[in-house]
Amino acid sequence: MDAAKEKKVKVKKSSKNSMKVEFEGQLSTWERFKIKVLSLTFWKDILLKICLYVFLIGIAYIVIYPFISKVSSSFMSADDFVDATVLYIPKNPTLDTYKAIITDNDYFTALLNTFILSFSTAIIQMFITCLVGYGFAKFKFRGNGLLFLFVILTMIVPNETLHLAMFMKFRYFDIGFEFGEGIKIGLFNLLGGGVFEWLDILDFTSVQLTNTYWPFIILSICGVGFKNGLYIFLFRQFFRGVPDELEESAYIDGAGTFKTFLRVILPLSTAMLVTVFVFAFSWQWTDNYYVNVFFTTSGPYTLKDIITVPSSLDTSYAGENMYVAAIRNTCGILIMMPLVIMYAFLQKYLVQGIERSGIVG
Amino acid sequence: MSEKVKNVKEKPASKKSSVSAVDMAPKKRKRGKSLERTKARAGYFFVLPFIIGLIVVYLPMIIQSINYSFMELNSVKGGGYELVFVGLENYSNALLVDSSYVQELIEGIQSLLFNIPAIVIFSLFMAILLNQDMAGRGLFRAIFFIPVIISTGLLADIDAQNILSNLGSTSSQIDTGNGENTVSQIVNVVDVERLFENMQIGSGLAEYVTNLVNDIFDIVNKSGVQMLIYLAGLQSISPAIYESCSIDGATAWETFWKITFPMISPMILVNAIYTVIDEMTRTDNNVMEYISSVYEEAGGTVLAAAMSWMYFLIVMLLLAVITAILSAYTFYQRRDT
Repeated sequence: MDAAKEKKVKVKKSSKNSMKVEFEGQLSTWERFKIKVLSLTFWKDILLKICLYVFLIGIAYIVIYPFISKVSSSFMSADDFVDATVLYIPKNPTLDTYKAIITDNDYFTALLNTFILSFSTAIIQMFITCLVGYGFAKFKFRGNGLLFLFVILTMIVPNETLHLAMFMKFRYFDIGFEFGEGIKIGLFNLLGGGVFEWLDILDFTSVQLTNTYWPFIILSICGVGFKNGLYIFLFRQFFRGVPDELEESAYIDGAGTFKTFLRVILPLSTAMLVTVFVFAFSWQWTDNYYVNVFFTTSGPYTLKDIITVPSSLDTSYAGENMYVAAIRNTCGILIMMPLVIMYAFLQKYLVQGIERSGIVG
Repeated sequence: MSEKVKNVKEKPASKKSSVSAVDMAPKKRKRGKSLERTKARAGYFFVLPFIIGLIVVYLPMIIQSINYSFMELNSVKGGGYELVFVGLENYSNALLVDSSYVQELIEGIQSLLFNIPAIVIFSLFMAILLNQDMAGRGLFRAIFFIPVIISTGLLADIDAQNILSNLGSTSSQIDTGNGENTVSQIVNVVDVERLFENMQIGSGLAEYVTNLVNDIFDIVNKSGVQMLIYLAGLQSISPAIYESCSIDGATAWETFWKITFPMISPMILVNAIYTVIDEMTRTDNNVMEYISSVYEEAGGTVLAAAMSWMYFLIVMLLLAVITAILSAYTFYQRRDT
């Protein structure tokens, strides 16, 4: 019987993973096609698919359109802005705007400084929040819940609330507390003779850290930097989904907790690490809050400083507003270009990472 | 002779082993306890950076900020500053003396209340669309997630500046690229208004929808993360449930309300909370912008601290109310393992 069955099936094409077979007495391809096309569900499906794609492309257009129009206006010369016939495609395409911004506004210095800042903080934040998130997810210790409440607190207190306090903290940096009206408990204050006059080891009572990279590094090392609460939360959720058996087997093999973390857990969490790195890097890259707090007068020249009209471009004529806006947008493009390139490469990990973070569980 | 020696030699050995056998039990228990303790210690070790940060940097800043809101800050010649306790004066100044703070606050809360349902519903809708099996799914996901990465901070700032400068100009056929014009290209808001007038439903709803259409750019921009959270939730629903549903003859509509919606409801709660927090802490939020302008005008003032603490408390209250309402309707799947 098997032999008879096999006879009816004719293999037309076969490859490693699939094969195409033809049954004996099967309708011809054309007949099958006709039956499929004439059914109602076929047309219903096609209609639904068309609606879906129209809608999705519409929304995608809304998201992408600003970038397209920014890019197109960045190539326009001054004349195009007063020409009523120019809408998207410039009549006199020019690279003058880019050239002027790159040379006059010192783009590459700003790029380098911002890169150093973003890269170092992103790397530090990635490892520290990973450590902290792992600690919260996998170990039971006293005060675990309470400490995690504080993590949530750092997430929900708006930056603006801490503006003055943060500036003061790093302008007059000291390890300790301070309660208004001159009550100070601090290490540098104590050693510098601020409390007892005979104890005078240091010749200062506080350190000025503003206008340097130190505030960023200190905040990152302590896991209380920009949006670090969110990263800790993501890592905690992710590690909760990692089965305990993995670590137990590592412990049985004689590895310590830290070694287990390095050898077993870290390699597992590449997608999550990349996700947090991309977030940390790009949010620090476009950040305009912390740099304004810490770089007040003579800080490093970063990307926030390039958003001005370059001195070599003449903007005083009828279409001034538009031209200036276009110049600003060109600065924006130059700022976001590295991020877009990075996103194009790491996008796959990013979506994976968030999906696996299992905010669900 | 040799046997005797053997016996002598064996004796202490057997004694030792018997002693150790007696000691075995308590020793084992002790070891178990110390393992637990080592694990707890390891936990502290992992969390240590955050504990240090909390004690050395973060809590002092919070305390300081609360302090400042009850103080007056005077700079002293020679680079120092002094603080004078003034009680609730900053708060009363913010509420009674400052002309636009209360107005900004009310408008900010209004737009927050307006945006939460819009973002939560829109991102759910998008997530369900993107959860289907279709060509180009990855591409669409990538596109919808772009704004999360690049429409923040400095770049949002540039857009805001352009909108401001554009308000003054009359002729603007070339787009400054802030996305507001896109919407008017696709849908004419006036038409939507007419449509709703003809449908004879409440003007409140009509206004809400027209505002929604106006703000769609903002809403799309802000719903990237929420969409991913929903997607993760949707993928955790077992396909077996859908299968049995379709065998029982349920339509897609019924399946959505009876299966997808209850299963995704914890995510709705998470997203509502995330949206409130995200909206509140954004720097391009109106209230935040106003507060930072107050701060910058005075070159650093304690008034801003008082204002933002008030805002924080109000939003927290709002968050508590929203969480209480939503969690009453949230369905948690009972997991019996």
